[in-house]
Amino acid sequence: MSDDDVLLQVDGVCKNFGEIRACDNVSFELWPGEVLGIVGESGSGKTTLLNCLAGRTEPDSGLISYTNRRGEASDIFAMFEPERRMLARTDWGFVHQNPRDGLRLDITAGGNIGERLMMVGARHYGNIRGEAETWMNRVELELGRIDSLPRTFSGGMQQRLQIARNLVSGPRLIFMDEPTGGLDVSVQARLLDLLRELVRELNVAVVIVTHDLAVARLLSDRLMVMRHGAVVESGLTDQVLDDPQHAYSQLLVSSILQV
Amino acid sequence: MVTKQNTQTMIDVSGLSKTFVLHTQGSARISVFEDLSLDVAAGECMALDGPSGAGKSTLMRILYANYRIDQGRIEVRHEGEMVDLASSAPRTVLEVRRHTLGYVSQFLRVIPRVSTLDVVAEPLRALGTDEAEAHDRARTMLARLNVPERLWGLAPATFSGGEQQRVNVARGFVAELPILLLDEPTASLDAINRQCVMGLIDEAKTRGAAVVGIFHDREVRDAVADRVFDMRETLAASGEAA
Repeated sequence: MSDDDVLLQVDGVCKNFGEIRACDNVSFELWPGEVLGIVGESGSGKTTLLNCLAGRTEPDSGLISYTNRRGEASDIFAMFEPERRMLARTDWGFVHQNPRDGLRLDITAGGNIGERLMMVGARHYGNIRGEAETWMNRVELELGRIDSLPRTFSGGMQQRLQIARNLVSGPRLIFMDEPTGGLDVSVQARLLDLLRELVRELNVAVVIVTHDLAVARLLSDRLMVMRHGAVVESGLTDQVLDDPQHAYSQLLVSSILQV
Repeated sequence: MVTKQNTQTMIDVSGLSKTFVLHTQGSARISVFEDLSLDVAAGECMALDGPSGAGKSTLMRILYANYRIDQGRIEVRHEGEMVDLASSAPRTVLEVRRHTLGYVSQFLRVIPRVSTLDVVAEPLRALGTDEAEAHDRARTMLARLNVPERLWGLAPATFSGGEQQRVNVARGFVAELPILLLDEPTASLDAINRQCVMGLIDEAKTRGAAVVGIFHDREVRDAVADRVFDMRETLAASGEAA
């Protein structure tokens, strides 16, 4: 597997919910280490697309193909369920907007991080504990809280714990759904900065859904603007934000309030 | 004296046309360039000249592939090959920016919590330089531009205009890239710091960099520019409402 292999190939993905077109013929390629932002207002189909890409919602038509560490590309919905579940534990991560959807609230912070390692076969308690400590540090959580339950954490701490839990197994692709959505602005800035550093350091590819264009600018290399389930514009992040071509992208960009 | 190797073309723009269509304002069409061409050689500094609104900054942004174009080619020499930025995939453009194309904008885009030292070191880190060396070179550059050492550990959000601009210049010059785009790099600087930036531009030219700049300051322009590109002659017929 080299950097010249596409990591994710998406071709003509469609998904309807009754009469509603949530995804309308979406196609793109994602390369290793690339950060793709998906922007658009509520109801534009961003999250449905993300769920399709992550193997959580099956599209009505279209192809989503993932290239594994051995360089073999395969249709993620043609795989057997256990195989897809294994990918979700080893190669992929999913960061939910609400950290409670991505954490196990009844086990400790350290347990939440360690669980991902145990899923991929780690058994040595000392090593697992060591890794959990390392990751507590990296996401700037106090080591003294390693044995606390996540429900005693603030929203920002929970979100950082969710990120640690996702990154500990060394994934190649992370899906993020409004990762800074429910947080105070000051907490958001800290989390964004942390994400930016980790993504660069680990060279992990990311698909991030956000309605916040400032978040998109800070984190993503490339943007797709969605409306009514369709991609209306895509390109380099700064091109799309500084010189938007489509009427809808222009409206989105011009609607940002200046501080 | 320019050596033979230094006469290599670094930027080659041909047949460039650019129109802004403002969909949110009655689909007004503003034509900025029609069939513009220019080239810049290694070791050469070209100044863009013209009144406000002539499209100088627009052209700079186009050269950086920050603005898109309707027609034409924006070729830059990247690792020995000419690459057309107008038709390249985003990841190629990012690769060219990392290794070849530096841009000093008028305003620093600050990232919350990131220190001045890290802001300046970042272009080197992106090229794979280890942290210690990147920080060393960033310190040298900041010291040279007279940014007080007590500020290096702070995020530049609260700095004065002149300080932010020097951080921006430091960041633009630290990685010694082969092409530099400078949008008024001396606008809010005092005489000493202006001299300092002029010195950096001269050094860049000497090592063979191609430089394109907008310099409102006549003294700076006369000192560093080998050629002036007059934007009055390229200005497309004025915009008409569609």
